[in-house]
Amino acid sequence: MSLTLEKKEERKELRQVVSKRIAATGNYAAALAVKDADVDVAAIYPITPQVQIAEKIAEFVANGELDAEVIHVEGEHSALSAVVAAAATGARAFTATSSQGLEYMHEMLYIASSLRQPVVMALATRALSAPINIWNDYADAFGMRETGWIMLFSENVQEVYDNLVQAFRIAEHPDVLLPVVVTLDGYILSHTIEPLEPLGREEVLSFAPKRPRGYRPVLDPDYPITVGTLGTPHWYYEAKYQQVVALRESKRIIEEAGREFGKKYGREYGLIEEYMMDDAELAFVSLGATASLVKAAVDRLRKEGIKAGMIKLRVLRPFPVDEVVKALENVEAWATLNRTISYGAAIEEPLFTEIAAALAVRGIVKPMASFVHGMGGRDIFVREIVEMYKKLDEIRKSGRKVKRTYFWGVKGHDPEEDQAM
Amino acid sequence: MVWAKFLGVRASNSRGGTMPRIEIRFHGRGGQGAVTAAESLGEAAILEGKYALAFPEYGAERRGAPVLAFTRIDDKPIYEREPILEPDIVVVLDPSLPPQIYLKGLKKTGLLVINTKRSPDRVAEHLRGSGLEPPRCVASVDATDVAVKHIGAPIVNTAMLAALIKASRVVSLETVKKVIYDRFSARPRIAEANMKVMDEAYEETEVVCL
Amino acid sequence: MSIKDEGFKRYLGKKYPETWRDMPIAAIVPWPGNTAEVKTHAWRTIKPVIDQDKCIRCRLCWTFCPDGAILEVDEEYKTSSGRVFKISYKVDYDHCKGCGICAAECPVNAIEMVPEER
Repeated sequence: MSLTLEKKEERKELRQVVSKRIAATGNYAAALAVKDADVDVAAIYPITPQVQIAEKIAEFVANGELDAEVIHVEGEHSALSAVVAAAATGARAFTATSSQGLEYMHEMLYIASSLRQPVVMALATRALSAPINIWNDYADAFGMRETGWIMLFSENVQEVYDNLVQAFRIAEHPDVLLPVVVTLDGYILSHTIEPLEPLGREEVLSFAPKRPRGYRPVLDPDYPITVGTLGTPHWYYEAKYQQVVALRESKRIIEEAGREFGKKYGREYGLIEEYMMDDAELAFVSLGATASLVKAAVDRLRKEGIKAGMIKLRVLRPFPVDEVVKALENVEAWATLNRTISYGAAIEEPLFTEIAAALAVRGIVKPMASFVHGMGGRDIFVREIVEMYKKLDEIRKSGRKVKRTYFWGVKGHDPEEDQAM
Repeated sequence: MVWAKFLGVRASNSRGGTMPRIEIRFHGRGGQGAVTAAESLGEAAILEGKYALAFPEYGAERRGAPVLAFTRIDDKPIYEREPILEPDIVVVLDPSLPPQIYLKGLKKTGLLVINTKRSPDRVAEHLRGSGLEPPRCVASVDATDVAVKHIGAPIVNTAMLAALIKASRVVSLETVKKVIYDRFSARPRIAEANMKVMDEAYEETEVVCL
Repeated sequence: MSIKDEGFKRYLGKKYPETWRDMPIAAIVPWPGNTAEVKTHAWRTIKPVIDQDKCIRCRLCWTFCPDGAILEVDEEYKTSSGRVFKISYKVDYDHCKGCGICAAECPVNAIEMVPEER
């Protein structure tokens, strides 16, 4: 009892700290988080739909609101190279990109993570060419899965800010030292006005404090080190295994950061978020702002008396395998909804292959299906997700095996046709 | 105001009352400020403690091209991130847009706020003349005239926001004025001019419910 | 805080690691100057031999050597013609790779490349 009271008191205090509620787009929220985190170096090459992040940071610096070095680069490859180098000197470094920009910096993505540089990046997710498309899907983000970065997905504008604040703390944690990317759905978050409660610099720097330079190996003329050495077959493999372990162990720090964030500011973050999962029979797994739509579908289905639930993956890397397995253990059927395609894969929706494998190695097999929709900014309507849940319900009842991904909403295509192939 | 009562919308400054979700669609042309209007309305709702999403129909924006923008306001967090197909309110910034487009999906019990020299009755009559059913309530104001008078340019978004507020009370005029003022705070003359625009448009707006 | 502080040391592993755990983080090399420990003499098939009598101490071999394998030592030398030099040039045979650049650059042909026999 007294504990609850104490908690309430705490909450009250906290409200006073965090009561400033503003309206902001995802891009503005990202720039604000960068400002509040007192970033030292930012190198961003502007690309739609991330441009306002670059603009706003440059404006903060020009107005003297942020004391940072903004490096004007000629492309994304240089942008990431610059921030990796900045981080190697001990600076708090940030970049942002989208789509083709992320592809252009792709080789540097591996270098950032394998040099163990704690840079933070905001990725306004966007489809990949061709045809040219500036709208939202997750093809760019999913192309990053193998690069060794920690990947946080944001569902709304508040999460963009909160995830970025946590990203600095996670990346720079002495037990982690890995780059972190925070996604925001292109347009759907980057350009949408939503409520935002920023924490302000004092709070952000108390939550994600800048550590004394030299707590990790940095480039220091007084004590030279070599970064970016040749890794012969004798030792390359061992360096890679260190990365495997580091990413695995980062889970603990991500969880700890999310928990403490909740304690301090009232918004707790886990590796996954469960929505109406307590008694759910049908569950969808999704991520990013798409998760919002799935929640809306769950609300509608519950009104119809259908026991629907959903799991939001906040963290894609390291994959929260134990949490997802635990959440899906008791449902009768599950499915994924994603905005990306793994061309030519055994199952063409990549989230599904991962979850199905995680369940299968634990001997858990139950009716399951995967859905792709919303490519290149195609709107997903809540009613369509309701239809997907009903499809899953039918699969559960009939017990039939769904061997291929349902490509929902393709003009002139019946998704069941693919099952016959 | 009558429309607001019909929907059970309380005056926005009354505390504690619940408001049904309201979905508003703005129709304009690139350069008239439809996106700014949708965003400012959303921002005002957020400042009043509500939840809101405000977003344009994303695309390659061009001056003169038809533009859509959306605002969704609720007392609860909003999960629906889909475009608004069946709005409660449609705001038309440019009378040259075809009514077949802007009336699409507008609820029969809804509200049309339009920039025109015509009175609301004449608007309804005109729509019927084109074989279209006007919604329950129609509000009209000659926003172009008011905007040109004070700003010197036909940027009608702030005038139309004032008209929308008079007809619907989804937020208070004071809050929107504050949002608009802050947006132009670096250019006080434009900010002041918009305050005059909003006051006059608010006065001039006529609302008729059937 | 610097690399010498305790907190930092966890990342450095061992200078001569045996397992993946011993390896410095990100395969950095936090041991400055360790190239000297890599004996590159085995790469050599011919080796430079300096004729101290012919050598005029011009320092060109020292300048051109790509491996820093020409050493300038404080060793007095009196040539057969009676000239006294305060310094001498010697070859660091641990690191000389036998490229022959020194011999090519020597303006008085005081360096001869002779076949290596081990």
